[in-house]
Amino acid sequence: MSADNPTRRDFMRASIAAGAGLTLAVYLPGCSPRAAVVSGPPFVPNAWLRIGTDGVVTVVVDKSEMGQGVLTSLPQMIMEELDGDWATVRIEEAPAGPQYVNPAFGLQGTGGSTSVRVSMMPLREAGAKARAMLVAAAAQKWGIAPDACSTANGYVLETGKRRKLGYGELTVAAAAMPVPEKVTLKDPKDFKLIGKPVKRLDLKGKVNGTAGFGIDAHTDGVLIAVVARSPVLGSSVTGFDDKPALAVPGVKRVVQVDSGVAVVATGYWAAMKGREALQVSWSKSPMAGVSSADLSAKLKALSAKPGVKARHDGDPAGALRRASKRVEATYEVPYLAHATMEPMNCTAWVQADKCTIWAPTQFQSGGGLGVQGIAAKLTGLPESAVTVHTTFLGGGFGRRFELDFVIDAVQVSKAVGEPVKVIWSREDDVRHDYFRPASYSKLAAGLDASGKPVAWSQTIVCPSIMSRFTMVFGPLPNGLDASSVEGAANIAYAIPNLHCGWVNADLGVPIGFWRSVGNSQNAFVAEGFMDEVAHAAGADPYEFRRNLLASAPRHRGVLELAATKAGWGTPLPQGRARGIAVVESFGSYVAEVAEVSIENGKVRVHRVVCAVDCGVVVNPDIIAAQMESAVVYGLTAALYGKITLENGAVVQGNFDSYPMLRMNEMPVVEVHIVPSTEGPGGVGEPGTPPIAPAVVNAIFALTGQRIRTLPIVLQGQSG
Amino acid sequence: MARFTLNGKPVESSAAPDTPLLWVIREDLQLTGTKFGCGIGQCGACTVHLDGVAARSCQLPLSAVEGKKILTIEGLSPDGEHPLQAAWIEEQVPQCGYCQSGQIMAAAALLATTPKPTDADIDTAMSGNICRCGTYQRIRKAIHRAAGGAS
Repeated sequence: MSADNPTRRDFMRASIAAGAGLTLAVYLPGCSPRAAVVSGPPFVPNAWLRIGTDGVVTVVVDKSEMGQGVLTSLPQMIMEELDGDWATVRIEEAPAGPQYVNPAFGLQGTGGSTSVRVSMMPLREAGAKARAMLVAAAAQKWGIAPDACSTANGYVLETGKRRKLGYGELTVAAAAMPVPEKVTLKDPKDFKLIGKPVKRLDLKGKVNGTAGFGIDAHTDGVLIAVVARSPVLGSSVTGFDDKPALAVPGVKRVVQVDSGVAVVATGYWAAMKGREALQVSWSKSPMAGVSSADLSAKLKALSAKPGVKARHDGDPAGALRRASKRVEATYEVPYLAHATMEPMNCTAWVQADKCTIWAPTQFQSGGGLGVQGIAAKLTGLPESAVTVHTTFLGGGFGRRFELDFVIDAVQVSKAVGEPVKVIWSREDDVRHDYFRPASYSKLAAGLDASGKPVAWSQTIVCPSIMSRFTMVFGPLPNGLDASSVEGAANIAYAIPNLHCGWVNADLGVPIGFWRSVGNSQNAFVAEGFMDEVAHAAGADPYEFRRNLLASAPRHRGVLELAATKAGWGTPLPQGRARGIAVVESFGSYVAEVAEVSIENGKVRVHRVVCAVDCGVVVNPDIIAAQMESAVVYGLTAALYGKITLENGAVVQGNFDSYPMLRMNEMPVVEVHIVPSTEGPGGVGEPGTPPIAPAVVNAIFALTGQRIRTLPIVLQGQSG
Repeated sequence: MARFTLNGKPVESSAAPDTPLLWVIREDLQLTGTKFGCGIGQCGACTVHLDGVAARSCQLPLSAVEGKKILTIEGLSPDGEHPLQAAWIEEQVPQCGYCQSGQIMAAAALLATTPKPTDADIDTAMSGNICRCGTYQRIRKAIHRAAGGAS
């Protein structure tokens, strides 16, 4: 490693040595800045941009990189308007700070597939304003009008002449220029970076082992802790005997924290052995006798309630009564764990006057809410004394919006007075997740004599995620958790009488955001049932959908594109069939066609054709990668995903009992992007919802078996 | 005291003999490219080479590597330009990146014995490595590319 390419470890050492109150953004290895001499102060026109006298452009990214590519797509937007030299870009993760609040949430965090959506205009404007100041500086130096200047590739040029000045040469002069009130943004036809498959800036470190994830954080003297957590959900510590744990070589301390009893040691292995030796007694939890069958029965029973109206068009009950043909069904999906590849972890160092945190987090926020906020509360320090270093995230999927792993680290470090890294075992991670809620749906549809759907009714029973976050997002409007009905209440099919109701079911199991949230279960239900209705009408499931989407051009556009590219209606080899589904979520429209067969009694997905309309395209290759990823995430859940309880304890623990899709099961995934000038939609999540229904619809086409519960269990298979 | 070779250099460790090599490498020797994913040999994030063969370092007690040659992602190439590393960037494989050290080490062991792997060879060699971002399709392409085949 060279001096200008420090590893994360060097950086963290340096940042710790640098002392109190200093907010240092994290240097992320993997991008190689132009080597040059820094001879003066940088030009810092705004919170996202710093241009050095060496010409290096540092883009401060205020979204967490969890694989979705924000460390590349966000710099693309700011560099586009800056007319910067892409080869000089260097990226940093933002510290916690009010200037980095995500306007979608009013707090600093990454989620809801919002990063590009909320950043595009602010970042483009930030780049354009910086560019205008650089132009003004050059024009003043040359004694000409700014109009007579143009910019390209990190230089201001005198239009039509030979004179030019590099941005690095203009930093001091540009800093003295007024920040323009208004700027004109580029015409999209002039884009050089937006819309291009620019290579990711974070990959070098991800192929040579130097990329710094949370679990790699290191400071001298850091101790490793694991926490003994109650096997039964909802129990708390009533007592413990630490002597057998302290007798394990390497174990330093045993301390009680909110989540259980922490064993603090010189390393993970010693901490784990200490935890095995530790004796903890737990309070009796109301969940103690509860198993999955009980929860399922509760959901079913609650479906008799009318629920909160999420949508009510026309006269659904009357239209159902009058319909020539009725279709009815119930659907159910289980709890799911996130199982990010990097288990939960966090490093914290609580000192008398400051707290430093290294966290793979989606929720850095201050304001009493996120990592900075909770650390301040737990330590009694002002938020300004809490420094949050966002590391790379080894997967997020919504799990890292939670703060439990941060609380662990802050509490343990505070208790022992040393820097501490808390590491969760895989079993901790799976069993103590905030799960994707289980959900039960009761549906009915009515067809008229011509086979046209005239009524549709869905009642969803599931726990409410947003009820957990009223402190963050405010109370539920009209008592409705919109995330519980997304993917169902907003179906775009032209059905005149339509009802969607929701019954809140508090089942005592921790729940949270899971890639695509409510859409992950509701789209499976709605698109599976829509297939049932199409078959009841004797129609082709694609044509049936297409006809009902005449007034929903973006849904219809992706539906047609996916069907065309998949060769819908063309012959397949014996033993294969196709299924289709289309879903809008997070402002993007995705249709998927899955091609399946049954091999040795198991579902095999051979090919998935995905069409996406996510509005203006920032980076087509990152979009394609996110669709590929979302398909695998949703397919894994459809084929295998199931968290169950026995006597209040989660049964699954590791990848042997909570299996993942693997290389030998990977379908070919083809992604087709609809060109668009619409505003940007989300990209990280919208590819997930359509895959489960596309697959079960294909299974029906192949076998006549309708799958209404997940994970998929074929007839004759044991669940 | 266990002695072994790590990325071509002799090292020694006084960790308890039952300590998995993974934690010796990560915590004592501070090479953090090798990742912890499951601790039971199910996910492949901790894959290293033991005398040239892919091995799960979470399942290798320190006592089992006495006198052996261990290669980690940090030692795969002096400059990060191993054909697989180059192919991984060319195909834009990593997303979150957490599993990729293990994926690359598993692929490197495959290419060492099977320079021109078929898709079936790749399935066999790589199905022990989980990627939650679902980058399998690109991993397959990158392995073919590194092997000099069509990507």
